[in-house]
Amino acid sequence: MRVMVMVKANKESEAGVMPSPKLLAEMGKFNQELIQAGVMLAGDGLHPSSKGKRVKFSGQQRTVIDGPFSETKELVGGYWMWQVRSMEEAVEWLKRAPFDRETEVEIRPVFEAADFAR
Amino acid sequence: MTSTDTQRAIDAVWRIESPRIIAGLARMVRDVGIAEDLAQDALVAALEQWPQSGVPDNPGAWLMAAAKHRAIDHFRRNARLERKHEELGREMEEKEMAVPDFAAALDDNVGDDLLRLVFISCHPVLPSEGRVALTLRLLGGLTTEEIARAFLVPEPTVAQRIVRAKRTLAEKHVPFEVPRGEELAARLSSVLAVIYLIFNEGYAATAGDDWLRPALCEDALRLGRILAELAPQEPEVHGLVALMEIQASRARARVDESGAPILLLEQNRAGWDQLLIRRGLAALAQARSLGPVAQGSYVLQAEIAACHARARTAEETDWPRIVTLYEALSQIAPSPVIDLNRAVAVSMAFGPAAGLEAVDALTAEGALENYHLLPSVRGDLLKKLGRLEEARAEFERAAALTRNARERQLLLGRAGACVADATPSDSE
Repeated sequence: MRVMVMVKANKESEAGVMPSPKLLAEMGKFNQELIQAGVMLAGDGLHPSSKGKRVKFSGQQRTVIDGPFSETKELVGGYWMWQVRSMEEAVEWLKRAPFDRETEVEIRPVFEAADFAR
Repeated sequence: MTSTDTQRAIDAVWRIESPRIIAGLARMVRDVGIAEDLAQDALVAALEQWPQSGVPDNPGAWLMAAAKHRAIDHFRRNARLERKHEELGREMEEKEMAVPDFAAALDDNVGDDLLRLVFISCHPVLPSEGRVALTLRLLGGLTTEEIARAFLVPEPTVAQRIVRAKRTLAEKHVPFEVPRGEELAARLSSVLAVIYLIFNEGYAATAGDDWLRPALCEDALRLGRILAELAPQEPEVHGLVALMEIQASRARARVDESGAPILLLEQNRAGWDQLLIRRGLAALAQARSLGPVAQGSYVLQAEIAACHARARTAEETDWPRIVTLYEALSQIAPSPVIDLNRAVAVSMAFGPAAGLEAVDALTAEGALENYHLLPSVRGDLLKKLGRLEEARAEFERAAALTRNARERQLLLGRAGACVADATPSDSE
Protein backbone atom coordinates (compact mmCIF):
# COMPACT_ATOMS: atom_id res chain seq x y z
CA MET A 1 0.00 0.00 0.00
CA ARG A 2 0.98 3.59 -0.50
CA VAL A 3 0.66 6.25 2.14
CA MET A 4 1.09 9.99 2.13
CA VAL A 5 2.87 11.26 5.21
CA MET A 6 2.08 14.91 5.81
CA VAL A 7 4.29 17.03 7.99
CA LYS A 8 2.41 19.96 9.44
CA ALA A 9 3.69 23.50 9.24
CA ASN A 10 4.78 25.38 12.35
CA LYS A 11 5.65 28.96 13.25
CA GLU A 12 9.24 28.58 12.07
CA SER A 13 8.40 26.91 8.78
CA GLU A 14 5.74 29.53 8.12
CA ALA A 15 8.29 32.25 8.88
CA GLY A 16 10.57 30.71 6.28
CA VAL A 17 13.16 29.68 8.87
CA MET A 18 15.09 26.69 7.58
CA PRO A 19 15.49 23.70 9.91
CA SER A 20 18.78 23.54 11.82
CA PRO A 21 21.75 21.96 10.02
CA LYS A 22 21.62 19.21 12.61
CA LEU A 23 18.00 18.37 11.84
CA LEU A 24 18.64 18.58 8.11
CA ALA A 25 21.54 16.15 8.41
CA GLU A 26 19.49 13.76 10.52
CA MET A 27 16.59 14.01 8.12
CA GLY A 28 18.94 13.21 5.26
CA LYS A 29 20.06 10.12 7.11
CA PHE A 30 16.48 9.10 7.80
CA ASN A 31 15.56 9.55 4.12
CA GLN A 32 18.54 7.42 3.15
CA GLU A 33 17.27 4.69 5.48
CA LEU A 34 13.83 4.88 3.89
CA ILE A 35 15.35 4.62 0.42
CA GLN A 36 17.56 1.69 1.40
CA ALA A 37 14.51 -0.11 2.71
CA GLY A 38 12.69 0.49 -0.57
CA VAL A 39 10.02 2.46 1.31
CA MET A 40 10.38 6.03 0.08
CA LEU A 41 8.84 6.84 -3.31
CA ALA A 42 8.94 10.61 -3.12
CA GLY A 43 9.16 13.45 -0.65
CA ASP A 44 9.53 17.21 -0.62
CA GLY A 45 9.43 20.18 1.68
CA LEU A 46 7.06 23.05 0.89
CA HIS A 47 7.69 26.76 0.92
CA PRO A 48 5.74 28.73 3.56
CA SER A 49 2.11 29.53 2.77
CA SER A 50 3.08 33.18 2.14
CA LYS A 51 4.31 31.93 -1.23
CA GLY A 52 1.14 29.91 -1.80
CA LYS A 53 -2.22 30.69 -3.30
CA ARG A 54 -5.69 29.27 -2.92
CA VAL A 55 -8.47 29.11 -5.44
CA LYS A 56 -11.90 29.25 -3.87
CA PHE A 57 -14.74 27.61 -5.79
CA SER A 58 -18.32 28.73 -5.44
CA GLY A 59 -20.64 27.62 -8.19
CA GLN A 60 -19.15 29.01 -11.38
CA GLN A 61 -17.14 31.60 -9.52
CA ARG A 62 -13.42 31.23 -8.82
CA THR A 63 -11.66 33.54 -6.40
CA VAL A 64 -7.90 33.55 -6.00
CA ILE A 65 -6.66 34.13 -2.45
CA ASP A 66 -3.03 34.96 -1.77
CA GLY A 67 -1.16 33.46 1.17
CA PRO A 68 -0.13 33.51 3.93
CA PHE A 69 -2.90 31.49 5.52
CA SER A 70 -3.50 31.79 9.20
CA GLU A 71 -4.42 28.36 10.54
CA THR A 72 -0.77 27.24 10.80
CA LYS A 73 -1.51 23.88 12.41
CA GLU A 74 -3.71 22.84 9.51
CA LEU A 75 -1.12 23.69 6.89
CA VAL A 76 1.13 21.11 5.30
CA GLY A 77 4.83 21.91 5.41
CA GLY A 78 6.12 18.86 3.61
CA TYR A 79 5.21 15.35 2.57
CA TRP A 80 6.49 11.88 1.81
CA MET A 81 5.06 9.13 -0.35
CA TRP A 82 5.89 5.76 1.14
CA GLN A 83 5.21 2.24 0.03
CA VAL A 84 4.63 0.05 3.05
CA ARG A 85 2.97 -3.22 3.86
CA SER A 86 0.56 -1.83 6.45
CA MET A 87 -0.39 1.30 8.38
CA GLU A 88 1.47 -0.17 11.34
CA GLU A 89 4.63 -0.30 9.29
CA ALA A 90 4.14 3.34 8.29
CA VAL A 91 3.67 4.30 11.96
CA GLU A 92 6.79 2.37 12.91
CA TRP A 93 8.85 4.20 10.28
CA LEU A 94 7.42 7.57 11.21
CA LYS A 95 8.30 7.07 14.88
CA ARG A 96 11.90 6.90 13.77
CA ALA A 97 11.81 10.30 12.07
CA PRO A 98 14.19 12.76 13.76
CA PHE A 99 11.75 15.63 14.42
CA ASP A 100 13.05 17.37 17.51
CA ARG A 101 10.33 19.89 18.31
CA GLU A 102 6.65 19.65 19.03
CA THR A 103 4.99 18.74 15.80
CA GLU A 104 2.33 16.46 14.41
CA VAL A 105 2.66 14.29 11.34
CA GLU A 106 -0.29 12.63 9.67
CA ILE A 107 -0.33 9.36 7.71
CA ARG A 108 -3.09 8.78 5.17
CA PRO A 109 -3.46 5.73 2.92
CA VAL A 110 -3.68 6.53 -0.80
CA PHE A 111 -6.64 5.16 -2.76
CA GLU A 112 -5.59 2.17 -4.86
CA ALA A 113 -7.15 0.37 -7.80
CA ALA A 114 -8.63 -2.21 -5.43
CA ASP A 115 -10.50 0.53 -3.54
CA PHE A 116 -12.35 1.47 -6.72
CA ALA A 117 -13.13 -2.11 -7.67
CA ARG A 118 -15.77 -2.39 -4.93
CA MET B 1 -2.28 -0.02 23.44
CA THR B 2 -4.30 -3.23 23.38
CA SER B 3 -2.53 -6.53 22.97
CA THR B 4 -3.64 -6.77 19.32
CA ASP B 5 -2.16 -3.32 18.70
CA THR B 6 1.09 -4.44 20.28
CA GLN B 7 1.03 -7.60 18.20
CA ARG B 8 0.58 -5.59 15.01
CA ALA B 9 3.29 -3.16 16.04
CA ILE B 10 5.63 -6.09 16.64
CA ASP B 11 4.77 -7.46 13.18
CA ALA B 12 5.68 -4.11 11.64
CA VAL B 13 8.95 -3.87 13.56
CA TRP B 14 9.76 -7.43 12.54
CA ARG B 15 9.13 -6.70 8.89
CA ILE B 16 11.44 -3.71 9.01
CA GLU B 17 14.20 -5.25 11.11
CA SER B 18 14.27 -8.97 10.39
CA PRO B 19 16.29 -8.93 7.14
CA ARG B 20 19.10 -6.98 8.80
CA ILE B 21 19.02 -9.12 11.93
CA ILE B 22 18.99 -12.40 10.01
CA ALA B 23 21.73 -11.17 7.68
CA GLY B 24 23.96 -10.12 10.57
CA LEU B 25 23.37 -13.37 12.43
CA ALA B 26 23.99 -15.44 9.31
CA ARG B 27 27.44 -13.95 9.03
CA MET B 28 28.14 -14.85 12.65
CA VAL B 29 26.86 -18.40 12.62
CA ARG B 30 27.45 -19.12 8.91
CA ASP B 31 24.09 -20.81 8.55
CA VAL B 32 20.99 -19.07 7.30
CA GLY B 33 18.64 -21.59 8.94
CA ILE B 34 20.21 -21.17 12.36
CA ALA B 35 20.31 -17.41 11.87
CA GLU B 36 16.60 -17.29 11.20
CA ASP B 37 15.89 -19.53 14.20
CA LEU B 38 17.90 -17.24 16.45
CA ALA B 39 16.15 -14.17 15.08
CA GLN B 40 12.80 -15.88 15.63
CA ASP B 41 13.82 -16.57 19.24
CA ALA B 42 14.40 -12.85 19.67
CA LEU B 43 10.99 -12.18 18.17
CA VAL B 44 9.37 -14.64 20.59
CA ALA B 45 11.07 -12.82 23.47
CA ALA B 46 9.60 -9.56 22.19
CA LEU B 47 6.16 -11.12 21.92
CA GLU B 48 6.43 -12.25 25.54
CA GLN B 49 7.79 -9.03 26.98
CA TRP B 50 6.43 -6.13 24.97
CA PRO B 51 2.75 -6.63 25.69
CA GLN B 52 3.62 -6.07 29.40
CA SER B 53 6.53 -3.66 29.16
CA GLY B 54 5.28 -1.79 26.11
CA VAL B 55 7.12 -1.49 22.82
CA PRO B 56 10.62 -0.12 23.56
CA ASP B 57 11.65 3.27 22.17
CA ASN B 58 14.13 1.68 19.84
CA PRO B 59 12.55 -1.69 19.07
CA GLY B 60 15.03 -2.48 16.30
CA ALA B 61 17.99 -2.14 18.63
CA TRP B 62 16.16 -4.20 21.26
CA LEU B 63 15.57 -7.06 18.81
CA MET B 64 19.12 -6.86 17.54
CA ALA B 65 20.54 -7.01 21.07
CA ALA B 66 18.28 -9.94 21.98
CA ALA B 67 19.32 -11.76 18.82
CA LYS B 68 23.01 -11.11 19.52
CA HIS B 69 22.72 -12.61 22.99
CA ARG B 70 21.14 -15.69 21.55
CA ALA B 71 23.81 -15.96 18.90
CA ILE B 72 26.55 -15.74 21.49
CA ASP B 73 24.82 -18.38 23.63
CA HIS B 74 24.51 -20.58 20.60
CA PHE B 75 28.14 -20.04 19.83
CA ARG B 76 29.34 -20.86 23.35
CA ARG B 77 27.15 -23.93 23.47
CA ASN B 78 28.63 -25.20 20.24
CA ALA B 79 32.10 -24.36 21.33
CA ARG B 80 31.65 -26.40 24.51
CA LEU B 81 30.23 -29.33 22.58
CA GLU B 82 32.91 -29.29 20.00
CA ARG B 83 35.73 -28.81 22.45
CA LYS B 84 35.08 -32.38 23.51
CA HIS B 85 36.72 -33.33 20.25
CA GLU B 86 40.31 -32.71 21.07
CA GLU B 87 41.42 -31.96 17.56
CA LEU B 88 38.87 -29.17 17.29
CA GLY B 89 39.32 -27.84 20.76
CA ARG B 90 41.99 -25.29 20.07
CA GLU B 91 40.26 -23.84 17.06
CA MET B 92 37.00 -23.45 18.95
CA GLU B 93 38.69 -21.71 21.83
CA GLU B 94 40.08 -19.23 19.38
CA LYS B 95 36.63 -18.71 18.01
CA GLU B 96 35.16 -18.23 21.45
CA MET B 97 37.79 -15.62 22.16
CA ALA B 98 36.59 -13.90 19.06
CA VAL B 99 32.96 -13.71 20.22
CA PRO B 100 33.01 -10.03 21.22
CA ASP B 101 34.40 -9.15 17.82
CA PHE B 102 31.68 -11.07 16.11
CA ALA B 103 29.10 -9.21 18.14
CA ALA B 104 30.61 -5.86 17.27
CA ALA B 105 30.76 -6.87 13.64
CA LEU B 106 27.00 -7.35 13.62
CA ASP B 107 26.50 -3.62 13.51
CA ASP B 108 29.02 -3.03 10.74
CA ASN B 109 28.63 -3.79 7.09
CA VAL B 110 24.88 -4.26 7.33
CA GLY B 111 24.65 -3.64 3.61
CA ASP B 112 27.21 -6.31 2.80
CA ASP B 113 25.41 -8.81 5.00
CA LEU B 114 22.06 -8.04 3.35
CA LEU B 115 23.59 -8.49 -0.07
CA ARG B 116 25.03 -11.84 1.01
CA LEU B 117 21.58 -12.82 2.25
CA VAL B 118 20.08 -11.88 -1.12
CA PHE B 119 22.61 -13.98 -3.00
CA ILE B 120 22.30 -17.02 -0.77
CA SER B 121 18.47 -16.93 -0.86
CA CYS B 122 18.57 -16.98 -4.66
CA HIS B 123 21.37 -19.54 -4.89
CA PRO B 124 21.26 -21.78 -7.98
CA VAL B 125 21.57 -24.96 -5.85
CA LEU B 126 17.97 -24.28 -4.79
CA PRO B 127 14.94 -25.00 -6.95
CA SER B 128 13.11 -21.95 -8.21
CA GLU B 129 10.21 -22.22 -5.71
CA GLY B 130 12.72 -22.56 -2.89
CA ARG B 131 14.51 -19.38 -3.97
CA VAL B 132 11.24 -17.46 -4.17
CA ALA B 133 9.97 -18.66 -0.81
CA LEU B 134 13.26 -18.05 0.97
CA THR B 135 13.66 -14.58 -0.55
CA LEU B 136 10.17 -13.48 0.43
CA ARG B 137 10.58 -14.96 3.87
CA LEU B 138 14.07 -13.73 4.76
CA LEU B 139 14.19 -10.45 2.82
CA GLY B 140 10.56 -9.55 2.29
CA GLY B 141 9.65 -10.35 5.89
CA LEU B 142 6.59 -12.34 4.78
CA THR B 143 5.28 -15.17 6.90
CA THR B 144 4.96 -18.67 5.49
CA GLU B 145 1.20 -18.25 5.54
CA GLU B 146 1.36 -15.01 3.56
CA ILE B 147 3.62 -16.59 0.93
CA ALA B 148 1.23 -19.54 0.63
CA ARG B 149 -1.80 -17.29 0.17
CA ALA B 150 0.01 -15.13 -2.37
CA PHE B 151 1.09 -18.11 -4.47
CA LEU B 152 -2.17 -20.06 -4.08
CA VAL B 153 -0.46 -23.10 -2.55
CA PRO B 154 -1.07 -24.82 0.79
CA GLU B 155 0.90 -23.44 3.73
CA PRO B 156 2.67 -26.76 4.53
CA THR B 157 3.99 -26.79 0.96
CA VAL B 158 5.66 -23.42 1.45
CA ALA B 159 6.94 -24.44 4.88
CA GLN B 160 8.46 -27.55 3.27
CA ARG B 161 10.10 -25.49 0.54
CA ILE B 162 11.71 -23.22 3.10
CA VAL B 163 12.90 -26.07 5.32
CA ARG B 164 14.35 -27.93 2.33
CA ALA B 165 16.02 -24.80 0.99
CA LYS B 166 17.72 -24.09 4.30
CA ARG B 167 18.78 -27.72 4.62
CA THR B 168 20.22 -27.73 1.10
CA LEU B 169 22.23 -24.59 1.78
CA ALA B 170 23.65 -26.15 4.96
CA GLU B 171 24.35 -29.56 3.41
CA LYS B 172 26.07 -28.11 0.37
CA HIS B 173 28.06 -25.75 2.59
CA VAL B 174 27.05 -22.81 0.44
CA PRO B 175 29.26 -19.94 1.62
CA PHE B 176 27.62 -16.79 2.94
CA GLU B 177 29.32 -14.39 0.58
CA VAL B 178 28.91 -12.03 -2.34
CA PRO B 179 30.16 -13.84 -5.45
CA ARG B 180 33.02 -12.23 -7.32
CA GLY B 181 34.48 -12.19 -10.79
CA GLU B 182 32.89 -14.33 -13.42
CA GLU B 183 30.51 -15.98 -10.97
CA LEU B 184 28.90 -12.64 -10.11
CA ALA B 185 27.05 -12.17 -13.41
CA ALA B 186 25.43 -15.61 -13.30
CA ARG B 187 24.50 -15.31 -9.64
CA LEU B 188 23.12 -11.83 -10.10
CA SER B 189 20.98 -12.97 -12.98
CA SER B 190 19.49 -15.63 -10.68
CA VAL B 191 18.65 -12.94 -8.11
CA LEU B 192 17.03 -10.72 -10.73
CA ALA B 193 15.06 -13.66 -12.14
CA VAL B 194 13.66 -14.46 -8.67
CA ILE B 195 12.56 -10.86 -8.12
CA TYR B 196 10.99 -10.59 -11.56
CA LEU B 197 9.23 -13.92 -11.05
CA ILE B 198 7.69 -12.59 -7.83
CA PHE B 199 6.65 -9.43 -9.66
CA ASN B 200 5.03 -11.35 -12.51
CA GLU B 201 3.14 -13.59 -10.11
CA GLY B 202 1.63 -10.45 -8.62
CA TYR B 203 0.98 -8.96 -12.04
CA ALA B 204 -0.91 -12.10 -13.08
CA ALA B 205 -3.34 -11.68 -10.18
CA THR B 206 -6.92 -11.06 -11.20
CA ALA B 207 -9.86 -9.28 -9.64
CA GLY B 208 -11.22 -11.14 -6.64
CA ASP B 209 -7.85 -12.66 -5.76
CA ASP B 210 -6.53 -12.42 -2.23
CA TRP B 211 -4.95 -8.93 -1.88
CA LEU B 212 -1.67 -10.62 -1.03
CA ARG B 213 -1.32 -11.66 -4.68
CA PRO B 214 -1.22 -8.22 -6.30
CA ALA B 215 0.82 -7.09 -3.28
CA LEU B 216 3.60 -9.35 -4.61
CA CYS B 217 4.27 -6.63 -7.20
CA GLU B 218 5.00 -4.22 -4.37
CA ASP B 219 7.10 -6.82 -2.58
CA ALA B 220 9.15 -7.37 -5.73
CA LEU B 221 9.52 -3.65 -6.33
CA ARG B 222 10.67 -3.15 -2.80
CA LEU B 223 13.22 -5.98 -3.12
CA GLY B 224 14.43 -4.48 -6.40
CA ARG B 225 14.80 -1.02 -4.89
CA ILE B 226 16.69 -2.45 -1.92
CA LEU B 227 18.98 -4.36 -4.29
CA ALA B 228 19.60 -1.21 -6.34
CA GLU B 229 20.88 0.46 -3.16
CA LEU B 230 23.02 -2.55 -2.25
CA ALA B 231 24.52 -3.04 -5.71
CA PRO B 232 24.31 0.42 -7.32
CA GLN B 233 27.06 -0.34 -9.84
CA GLU B 234 25.06 -3.07 -11.62
CA PRO B 235 23.14 -1.71 -14.63
CA GLU B 236 20.86 -4.74 -14.86
CA VAL B 237 19.60 -4.18 -11.32
CA HIS B 238 18.50 -0.67 -12.26
CA GLY B 239 17.15 -2.07 -15.52
CA LEU B 240 14.94 -4.53 -13.65
CA VAL B 241 13.76 -1.83 -11.23
CA ALA B 242 12.95 0.45 -14.18
CA LEU B 243 11.06 -2.34 -15.93
CA MET B 244 8.99 -3.16 -12.84
CA GLU B 245 8.26 0.48 -11.98
CA ILE B 246 7.02 1.18 -15.49
CA GLN B 247 4.98 -2.01 -15.73
CA ALA B 248 3.47 -1.34 -12.31
CA SER B 249 2.58 2.18 -13.44
CA ARG B 250 -0.02 0.65 -15.77
CA ALA B 251 -1.68 -1.54 -13.14
CA ARG B 252 -4.78 0.62 -12.85
CA ALA B 253 -5.27 1.03 -16.59
CA ARG B 254 -4.74 -2.50 -17.79
CA VAL B 255 -8.06 -4.11 -16.87
CA ASP B 256 -11.60 -2.91 -17.41
CA GLU B 257 -14.39 -2.89 -14.84
CA SER B 258 -15.22 -6.55 -15.52
CA GLY B 259 -11.57 -7.48 -15.02
CA ALA B 260 -10.93 -8.13 -18.72
CA PRO B 261 -7.46 -7.12 -19.88
CA ILE B 262 -7.06 -3.94 -21.95
CA LEU B 263 -4.29 -3.97 -24.56
CA LEU B 264 -1.44 -1.56 -23.98
CA LEU B 265 -2.27 0.66 -26.95
CA GLU B 266 -5.91 0.90 -25.93
CA GLN B 267 -5.27 1.81 -22.31
CA ASN B 268 -6.29 5.18 -20.96
CA ARG B 269 -2.90 6.74 -20.36
CA ALA B 270 -4.36 9.19 -17.86
CA GLY B 271 -4.65 6.16 -15.58
CA TRP B 272 -0.92 5.44 -15.71
CA ASP B 273 0.81 6.22 -12.47
CA GLN B 274 3.10 9.15 -13.22
CA LEU B 275 5.06 8.77 -10.00
CA LEU B 276 6.06 5.21 -10.90
CA ILE B 277 6.83 6.21 -14.50
CA ARG B 278 9.10 8.97 -13.24
CA ARG B 279 10.82 6.54 -10.92
CA GLY B 280 11.17 4.01 -13.74
CA LEU B 281 12.69 6.52 -16.12
CA ALA B 282 15.08 7.67 -13.39
CA ALA B 283 16.17 4.07 -12.74
CA LEU B 284 16.70 3.58 -16.46
CA ALA B 285 18.81 6.74 -16.65
CA GLN B 286 20.82 5.36 -13.74
CA ALA B 287 21.41 2.11 -15.64
CA ARG B 288 22.48 4.00 -18.73
CA SER B 289 24.83 6.25 -16.78
CA LEU B 290 26.83 3.16 -15.83
CA GLY B 291 28.29 3.01 -19.30
CA PRO B 292 27.77 1.76 -22.82
CA VAL B 293 27.76 -1.83 -21.60
CA ALA B 294 24.30 -1.24 -20.13
CA GLN B 295 22.66 -3.46 -22.71
CA GLY B 296 21.47 -6.38 -20.65
CA SER B 297 18.05 -7.87 -21.21
CA TYR B 298 16.35 -6.02 -18.33
CA VAL B 299 17.75 -2.69 -19.45
CA LEU B 300 16.53 -3.36 -23.00
CA GLN B 301 13.09 -4.42 -21.83
CA ALA B 302 12.94 -1.33 -19.65
CA GLU B 303 13.92 0.81 -22.65
CA ILE B 304 11.00 -0.66 -24.57
CA ALA B 305 8.62 -0.07 -21.67
CA ALA B 306 9.98 3.49 -21.44
CA CYS B 307 9.17 4.13 -25.12
CA HIS B 308 5.53 3.43 -24.30
CA ALA B 309 5.65 5.38 -21.04
CA ARG B 310 7.04 8.47 -22.74
CA ALA B 311 4.41 8.54 -25.49
CA ARG B 312 1.51 10.74 -24.46
CA THR B 313 -0.74 8.93 -26.95
CA ALA B 314 -0.40 5.51 -28.57
CA GLU B 315 0.17 7.27 -31.91
CA GLU B 316 3.20 9.10 -30.54
CA THR B 317 5.03 5.84 -29.75
CA ASP B 318 8.56 5.71 -31.16
CA TRP B 319 8.08 2.39 -33.02
CA PRO B 320 11.28 2.47 -35.07
CA ARG B 321 13.22 2.68 -31.81
CA ILE B 322 11.21 -0.21 -30.37
CA VAL B 323 12.08 -2.29 -33.45
CA THR B 324 15.78 -1.58 -32.85
CA LEU B 325 15.46 -2.47 -29.18
CA TYR B 326 13.74 -5.79 -29.95
CA GLU B 327 16.52 -6.56 -32.42
CA ALA B 328 19.11 -5.92 -29.71
CA LEU B 329 17.13 -8.02 -27.26
CA SER B 330 16.84 -10.87 -29.72
CA GLN B 331 20.65 -10.78 -30.12
CA ILE B 332 21.36 -11.37 -26.43
CA ALA B 333 18.31 -13.50 -25.60
CA PRO B 334 17.09 -15.12 -28.82
CA SER B 335 13.45 -16.13 -28.56
CA PRO B 336 10.65 -16.47 -31.10
CA VAL B 337 8.35 -14.54 -28.75
CA ILE B 338 10.70 -11.56 -28.90
CA ASP B 339 10.79 -11.92 -32.69
CA LEU B 340 7.01 -11.86 -32.75
CA ASN B 341 6.99 -8.69 -30.68
CA ARG B 342 9.53 -7.25 -33.06
CA ALA B 343 7.23 -8.11 -35.97
CA VAL B 344 4.39 -6.21 -34.29
CA ALA B 345 6.70 -3.22 -33.79
CA VAL B 346 7.74 -3.45 -37.46
CA SER B 347 4.09 -3.30 -38.50
CA MET B 348 3.53 -0.23 -36.32
CA ALA B 349 6.67 1.47 -37.60
CA PHE B 350 6.58 0.52 -41.27
CA GLY B 351 3.04 -0.67 -41.98
CA PRO B 352 1.10 -3.95 -41.80
CA ALA B 353 2.63 -5.37 -44.99
CA ALA B 354 6.17 -5.15 -43.56
CA GLY B 355 4.86 -6.63 -40.31
CA LEU B 356 3.19 -9.49 -42.09
CA GLU B 357 6.41 -10.29 -43.90
CA ALA B 358 8.21 -10.54 -40.56
CA VAL B 359 5.46 -12.72 -39.09
CA ASP B 360 5.49 -15.02 -42.10
CA ALA B 361 9.24 -15.46 -41.74
CA LEU B 362 8.55 -16.61 -38.17
CA THR B 363 5.76 -18.92 -39.29
CA ALA B 364 8.17 -20.51 -41.76
CA GLU B 365 10.55 -21.29 -38.90
CA GLY B 366 7.72 -23.15 -37.18
CA ALA B 367 8.97 -22.22 -33.71
CA LEU B 368 5.65 -20.80 -32.50
CA GLU B 369 3.37 -23.39 -34.06
CA ASN B 370 1.12 -23.73 -31.02
CA TYR B 371 1.43 -20.21 -29.65
CA HIS B 372 -1.95 -18.48 -29.94
CA LEU B 373 -0.47 -15.01 -30.27
CA LEU B 374 1.11 -15.85 -33.63
CA PRO B 375 -2.21 -16.34 -35.50
CA SER B 376 -3.69 -13.53 -33.39
CA VAL B 377 -1.02 -11.07 -34.58
CA ARG B 378 -1.24 -12.40 -38.12
CA GLY B 379 -5.02 -11.96 -38.05
CA ASP B 380 -4.58 -8.36 -36.92
CA LEU B 381 -2.23 -7.55 -39.76
CA LEU B 382 -4.38 -9.30 -42.38
CA LYS B 383 -7.37 -7.35 -41.13
CA LYS B 384 -5.49 -4.08 -41.47
CA LEU B 385 -4.61 -5.09 -45.03
CA GLY B 386 -8.29 -5.70 -45.74
CA ARG B 387 -7.84 -9.47 -46.14
CA LEU B 388 -10.81 -10.14 -43.87
CA GLU B 389 -11.53 -13.75 -44.74
CA GLU B 390 -7.94 -14.79 -44.01
CA ALA B 391 -7.99 -12.66 -40.87
CA ARG B 392 -11.12 -14.41 -39.59
CA ALA B 393 -9.49 -17.82 -40.08
CA GLU B 394 -6.41 -16.70 -38.11
CA PHE B 395 -8.47 -15.34 -35.19
CA GLU B 396 -10.39 -18.61 -35.04
CA ARG B 397 -7.15 -20.57 -35.06
CA ALA B 398 -5.83 -18.38 -32.25
CA ALA B 399 -9.06 -18.90 -30.26
CA ALA B 400 -8.65 -22.66 -30.59
CA LEU B 401 -5.07 -22.47 -29.31
CA THR B 402 -5.50 -20.30 -26.23
CA ARG B 403 -6.22 -21.89 -22.87
CA ASN B 404 -7.55 -18.68 -21.36
CA ALA B 405 -11.36 -18.52 -21.59
CA ARG B 406 -11.53 -14.71 -21.52
CA GLU B 407 -8.96 -14.45 -24.26
CA ARG B 408 -10.78 -17.05 -26.36
CA GLN B 409 -13.95 -15.00 -26.12
CA LEU B 410 -12.06 -11.89 -27.19
CA LEU B 411 -10.53 -13.67 -30.18
CA LEU B 412 -13.83 -15.16 -31.32
CA GLY B 413 -15.31 -11.69 -31.08
CA ARG B 414 -12.64 -10.36 -33.38
CA ALA B 415 -13.21 -13.24 -35.79
CA GLY B 416 -16.90 -12.34 -35.83
CA ALA B 417 -16.10 -8.67 -36.41
CA CYS B 418 -14.24 -9.63 -39.59
CA VAL B 419 -17.45 -11.12 -40.96
CA ALA B 420 -19.51 -8.12 -39.84
CA ASP B 421 -17.02 -5.72 -41.45
CA ALA B 422 -17.11 -7.71 -44.70
CA THR B 423 -20.89 -7.17 -45.02
CA PRO B 424 -21.52 -3.51 -44.18
CA SER B 425 -24.77 -2.93 -42.36
CA ASP B 426 -27.27 -0.12 -43.05
CA SER B 427 -25.95 1.99 -40.25
CA GLU B 428 -22.59 2.43 -41.99
